[in-house]
Amino acid sequence: MNNLIQISGIKAIVLRELLVFSREKERIISSIISPLLFLFVIGKSLNQNANIGGYSYQQFIFPGIIGMDILFTSIRYGLYIIWDKKMDFLKEVLISPISRTSLFLGKALGGVIGAMLEMLIILVIGNFFVLKISILQMILTMIACGFVSFMVVTIGLAIGGGMKTMEGFGLVVSFVSWPMFFFSNAMFEISKSNTTVWALSVINPFTYCVDIIRKILLNYAQFPVSRSIIIILIWNIILSYITIKIFNRIDTQK
Amino acid sequence: MNAINIKDITKKFKEVDALSGISFDIKQGEVFSLLGPNGAGKTTLISILTTILKPTSGTAVINGKDIIKEPLDVRKNIGIVFQEPSLDDLLTAKENLYLHSMLYNMPKEIAKKRIKDILITVNLYERKDHIVKTFSGGMKRQLEIARGLLHTPKILFLDEPTVGLDPFSRRNIWEYIKKVKKEQNITIILTTHYMEEAESLSDRIAIINKGKIIELDTPENLKKKIGDEILIIKGIVDDNRVRSLDFIKSVDLKNDKYIITSKEITKNLNKILEYVKRIDDIEIRKTSLEDVFLKMTGKKIEELDE
Repeated sequence: MNNLIQISGIKAIVLRELLVFSREKERIISSIISPLLFLFVIGKSLNQNANIGGYSYQQFIFPGIIGMDILFTSIRYGLYIIWDKKMDFLKEVLISPISRTSLFLGKALGGVIGAMLEMLIILVIGNFFVLKISILQMILTMIACGFVSFMVVTIGLAIGGGMKTMEGFGLVVSFVSWPMFFFSNAMFEISKSNTTVWALSVINPFTYCVDIIRKILLNYAQFPVSRSIIIILIWNIILSYITIKIFNRIDTQK
Repeated sequence: MNAINIKDITKKFKEVDALSGISFDIKQGEVFSLLGPNGAGKTTLISILTTILKPTSGTAVINGKDIIKEPLDVRKNIGIVFQEPSLDDLLTAKENLYLHSMLYNMPKEIAKKRIKDILITVNLYERKDHIVKTFSGGMKRQLEIARGLLHTPKILFLDEPTVGLDPFSRRNIWEYIKKVKKEQNITIILTTHYMEEAESLSDRIAIINKGKIIELDTPENLKKKIGDEILIIKGIVDDNRVRSLDFIKSVDLKNDKYIITSKEITKNLNKILEYVKRIDDIEIRKTSLEDVFLKMTGKKIEELDE
């Protein structure tokens, strides 16, 4: 086990991700723009008559928007590994005495921390314009989002780890993240959806992510919290396992 | 003691043999060059030795560790500088080195001191907080070599360390490699397709072509194999008579020029000239590694580069 999880190496990778994050501020701006548009444009315009569990439509989708931000940032982060593979840092890590498990953990944690910092911005904006959020709610949201982000980062790393070129990048965003977002309860109550959408939403792990965040922020949930937690944890384990397998096969040949 | 034992390594890419049955040893503390044209298999061999690529068959032992069975242990004791840069462009010189020290689990205090020392040695201390993107090609290469040496590896691999650099930077890197060798008793394996580089740096050279080692010896011995001196005559020469002289090693006709090699040309010039009927052009010089390469492969290294 000691050879698989190397603390110093994991710290190095996390530190590197944070340094890059701090120097590429465009990444942060570009990825909070669309959640904010959804929250304020769609949220406000559809606001008039909606009343879901005593909340306005904008308040109802706010946890969904938090989830959206986590989803898109995390998956895109995972895909950046293709870029790393093409040049720079990844080769340096691949030839170092760092196991692929440590590489995976470092990469995933780096992504989670980045996504959390971004999510915090939206949480604060929401606190001023959408609904009051207590410190406890903030902490709980952070914890929940940590696991959600880890899961989605892992999906991105799995896809990115297997892909060789950047061309597939947009394809993945269109065919993985948008469906995950739309076939979920982020923007509407799935109990009112038609059967197909409902079925897809129930399989979609992202649904349970949003449900937990909604439970924390609005005390309103469609599924039992314990079920959501178990589903998210199981997905985290399965996806980590697959991604580590994929990472073990990465070599430096382009 | 041997730093590296290479045992019958073969690598196939699809059906093509990139390396076929390579075996040799590299001694502790020597500078060893793999000389060959592009596509000869140099980088493939380095990739296998540094555990990045798995051989199709065969193995190697580096510092007593098997590259296939104990790759992580092999990696602890080696430093690598790639042909293509692998620095993080968005980070500063110091950050790049600091992250490296963490990846190799160096104690923080030792790392800090070594980072400072090594930056001073490669003349980059003043630019330690500059982002690597702003560095010139030569500076980046210096920094990469510094990084490869940071964790005090026993063996340093340099894959085409000076390719694409200007002559000034190239000399700087050579000086640095020589210095490192002298001060640290480290084993250095470098690949190159520059004759001058191989000649000025190496204790021993392996000439590699089409995935096979065709010669392996010290630069002096390689040159002795074809004779110390070389005479090139453009004109009319009775080559059979010249060839029959006992001090002559070889006579070849290439591009209208007779290329005559021997241990001592100058001393015996009169005897050779007896069989020369007409001279349009003549040249006598010491044999270079280039001549050895030409003799062994039948081509100049540039001609073999695709």
